Amino acid sequence: MKKDVFDVAIIGAGAVGASILRRLSAYDLKLALLEKCTDVCFGVSKANSGIIHAGFHHPVTSLKARLEIRGNLMFDQLQHELGFPFKRVGIIVAAFSYEEMKTVEQLYEQGVANGVPLIEVCGRERLLMLEPKLNPDTVGGLYAPTGGIIEPYRYVFALVESAKQNGAEVKTDFEVVSAKHNDNVYTITSSRKEKIQARHVINSAGLFADEVSAIFGGEVFTITPRKGEEYLLERNAAGFPNHVIFPVPSRVSKGILVIPTVEGTMMVGPTAIEVNDKDDSETSSDNLDKVFAQAMYMIPVISKREIITSFAGSRATMPGNDFYIGISKSAPHFIQVAGIQSPGLTASPAIGEYVKDLLKQDGLRLTEKTDYEPFIPHETCVRELSPAALDEKVKEDPLYGHMVCRCESVSEAEIVEAIRKGHTTLDGIKFYTRAGMGRCQGGFCSYRVMKIIARETGRPIEEITKRGGGSRLLLGKIPVESGARPSPKPKKKSVKYA
Amino acid sequence: MRELEYEAIVIGAGAAGMAAALRIAEGGFRVALVDREDHLGGILMQCIHNGFGLHWFKQELTGPEFAERLAEKVVAAGIDIFLNTTVMDFSVSNGVKTLIACNSEQGVIQFNARAVVLAMGCRERNRGNIGIPGTRPAGIFTAGLAQRLINVDGYVPGKRVVIIGSGDIGLIMARRLSWVGAKVLAVVEILPHPSGITRNIVQCLHDFNIPLYLSHIVSRIEGKDRVEAVTITPLEGGTPEHSKSFRIECDTVLLSVGLIPENELSKKAGVTIGHDTGGPKVDAHLMTSAEGVFACGNVLHVHDLVDFVADESTRCGGYVVDYLRDQIGEEKQGAVTAGANVRYVVPHRYVPGRDTHFSLRSIIVKDRGTLLIKRQGAVIKKKTVQHVKPAEMIYFKMRGSDLPATEGDPAPLEIALE
Amino acid sequence: MTAATEQEIICLGCPNGCHLHCTSKKGHAVDVTGNKCDRGVDYGREELLDPKRVVTAVVKTTSSELPYVPVRTTAPLVKPLIPELLHELYQQHVTPPIRSGNPLIENFRNTGVNVIFTRSIAE
Repeated sequence: MKKDVFDVAIIGAGAVGASILRRLSAYDLKLALLEKCTDVCFGVSKANSGIIHAGFHHPVTSLKARLEIRGNLMFDQLQHELGFPFKRVGIIVAAFSYEEMKTVEQLYEQGVANGVPLIEVCGRERLLMLEPKLNPDTVGGLYAPTGGIIEPYRYVFALVESAKQNGAEVKTDFEVVSAKHNDNVYTITSSRKEKIQARHVINSAGLFADEVSAIFGGEVFTITPRKGEEYLLERNAAGFPNHVIFPVPSRVSKGILVIPTVEGTMMVGPTAIEVNDKDDSETSSDNLDKVFAQAMYMIPVISKREIITSFAGSRATMPGNDFYIGISKSAPHFIQVAGIQSPGLTASPAIGEYVKDLLKQDGLRLTEKTDYEPFIPHETCVRELSPAALDEKVKEDPLYGHMVCRCESVSEAEIVEAIRKGHTTLDGIKFYTRAGMGRCQGGFCSYRVMKIIARETGRPIEEITKRGGGSRLLLGKIPVESGARPSPKPKKKSVKYA
Repeated sequence: MRELEYEAIVIGAGAAGMAAALRIAEGGFRVALVDREDHLGGILMQCIHNGFGLHWFKQELTGPEFAERLAEKVVAAGIDIFLNTTVMDFSVSNGVKTLIACNSEQGVIQFNARAVVLAMGCRERNRGNIGIPGTRPAGIFTAGLAQRLINVDGYVPGKRVVIIGSGDIGLIMARRLSWVGAKVLAVVEILPHPSGITRNIVQCLHDFNIPLYLSHIVSRIEGKDRVEAVTITPLEGGTPEHSKSFRIECDTVLLSVGLIPENELSKKAGVTIGHDTGGPKVDAHLMTSAEGVFACGNVLHVHDLVDFVADESTRCGGYVVDYLRDQIGEEKQGAVTAGANVRYVVPHRYVPGRDTHFSLRSIIVKDRGTLLIKRQGAVIKKKTVQHVKPAEMIYFKMRGSDLPATEGDPAPLEIALE
Repeated sequence: MTAATEQEIICLGCPNGCHLHCTSKKGHAVDVTGNKCDRGVDYGREELLDPKRVVTAVVKTTSSELPYVPVRTTAPLVKPLIPELLHELYQQHVTPPIRSGNPLIENFRNTGVNVIFTRSIAE
């Protein structure tokens, strides 16, 4: 047996790929996670709303509903092991007419059928007691206390870190461009001509799962990006709700939501528009108005004045409206994990479990590691420490006393830690530490973060990027080319004053 | 965790904080000056252009010179200075103000004081605040960040630049970028008139043949990794006329679209913030809604001249001294409100019979305007103001003799422009 | 000698900001119209014939903490000399201690204009 052949290569380091990787890292396997971006969680998962759904939106017959319910229940244990920010704040669906109330009742029945714990229908009074900021025109709604919120990137980073700690390898900037299958082994080549070999391949490439499937000779299908624009509002925003607030859903989407983020900011969105370009992350001003009109209908005190940024990402949708997870019938030892749109994040731990079982079915031998370590060291977040605890931390490492990001209270020590964990772009640091994610959006801290990255990595500051590739931040030193040259000799103008 | 007692603590060591601390020290009180940066002077240190100090030092200086002159006095006055020190929390209980701050050398410090001066300055509005549509590539900077990168660190953020907003920082950066060899392709202003002063329009744009597009917006930013182009659209009757849009290829977008007072700490202490200024509501002594907590400089309202910041802050320091000497009486104060054509007036209260300095900002542009100070329906004072424009703060002093006491509680004062 | 030149100039003599129409004939006699006050005539003449600007810039240092130090001219410099001055400044590499107000360049190209440091850097 060749020693450097991976047992499993997973393509795509989003929430799904990372969950599968982490689940498999409990077994005696040689694992590789391949990601085309510079960092993990830089694709679809980056723009995720961060909701852990309760499990009432999808019919009991769907794979989605099963994995959603199962996934939801796994988050407490995962948080215990991995320490990412997660809170079961509960989900409310607010109805504004008696027609909508009928849909609420259907959702309730669907939830009960799916096995959603503690789900209830609320009358107007109870709903307003749970969520006092709700538009008093509401007639009632649904309440699912097991719904929650999470920081999606921290979740993915933690999964990857845990898997790495258990021996998995992560290759970023590895865009799969070709694959050959010989002697039961895939040889996978990246756009940078790097090659790896693997016996089993998992396609969790999100928006690009159709293209990856084609590369491996798998099933032919099409992923259609459905773009969502979201708006982030500052901490202490007037409209910050107690729960995640949903409108009564339409057929195409769950609607515009009002989301309290686990870190104290809030989000409104997302829109749902099918687009052609998988890299389309544009926002538009028309959608801003639409999003706010709908959000403010539910919570009238929401204010556009409190927007700190907007962003857009696309869901990877497929015809059929269910997840497409299964062993490929045309490519050997190739597992499709495609069409993972909402509730993909919620379902992700259950998908990890499900794919593990599929691999077993596909002939992979799974032997539990004797030294599997499910816990990762919990990150110190200065903003969560009491003054006394912070004082102790500064004694340990003075860099904890130097605040780099003033809006989110991120210390230099946390930035250095993120860099040592391999996050060496401005966005990578932002998603890992929150530096630059607050109200000034990096206006004060980004140059400091750039300097720290340069110092820690030994790279010139001009090479630091926003998110890898050609996203360089600085284009030169004083003076740059194309000017500042002396005019040959100033024309001797004999100047006389009248 | 160490605990330090002061009579007054000033948060922020820019022009405002230094001027206030200096005045408090001159009054004979123990004052600490706390700043998260590694130097005194705040943002002035990156404002290397001239145009500072004409009123305050009677001499035209650059930002660093202005700051250094003030800093020398602060050091000479024996004020305790805490640099690289970030204030994390601020609370008021039973008259004692408590700040939790932190630095690398001393760890966490709890400051207790009778009086606190808020002098944290402001931050720049960013893309999210104004919602420019398009992609999110590298190469979008606020003007102040670009200024910092060039003037302190020597890095040039881009070579072909479009500037959004014609505020003074944006204009100054147009000249700076031109002088370091970059090409500024356009300045795009949503308003029909420039937001910056005429001198800067002439010396920062005309001198370099940089086009200024008034009543235009950037309707789209393009570029995957790095900015590749912007689309500029004229406004007609207040709405974008997309058929007349044009595209400029560039690698950088600079935003100079206004400043927001930085009041997160003020909010932690329960200070009431005014919607009009974005800063604390202050009474005639520049005291906020929290007793013993004062505010001055850009954290109170955004100024356009550091000289006025220094002036206001010195007065603020004087009020702190009065407060510490228990000389701020219980005299009744009347409300001050913004009347027609006025965006805001600071302070928000006045004491009858006492000289009061007012700062206000116009909403209108007018060659020759008249300030109307009204009380109980009557105009009690008129003042002519030349060249009224939103970009230039109006700063004036009302004599106490013009503000006599009214019967009963002081009547509200309304300041209007016509 | 060039022929008559014409230029529209915004007057910075006072906050009026008059739009001056300036015409010069044979390089010396200047005709200024559009001014509301006398200062406009002087301003227009100087701006047309001999425009000057205060120049500010940063100069490289050997300090690791402050790799650049700001400088300015002590008086406005004639505009055609500005690129030359900037070029010269960008060649400089100065070593602390640096004292704000001390000269870096004296009497640049015999204009009587000095360049001074505007920030102090300790050793």
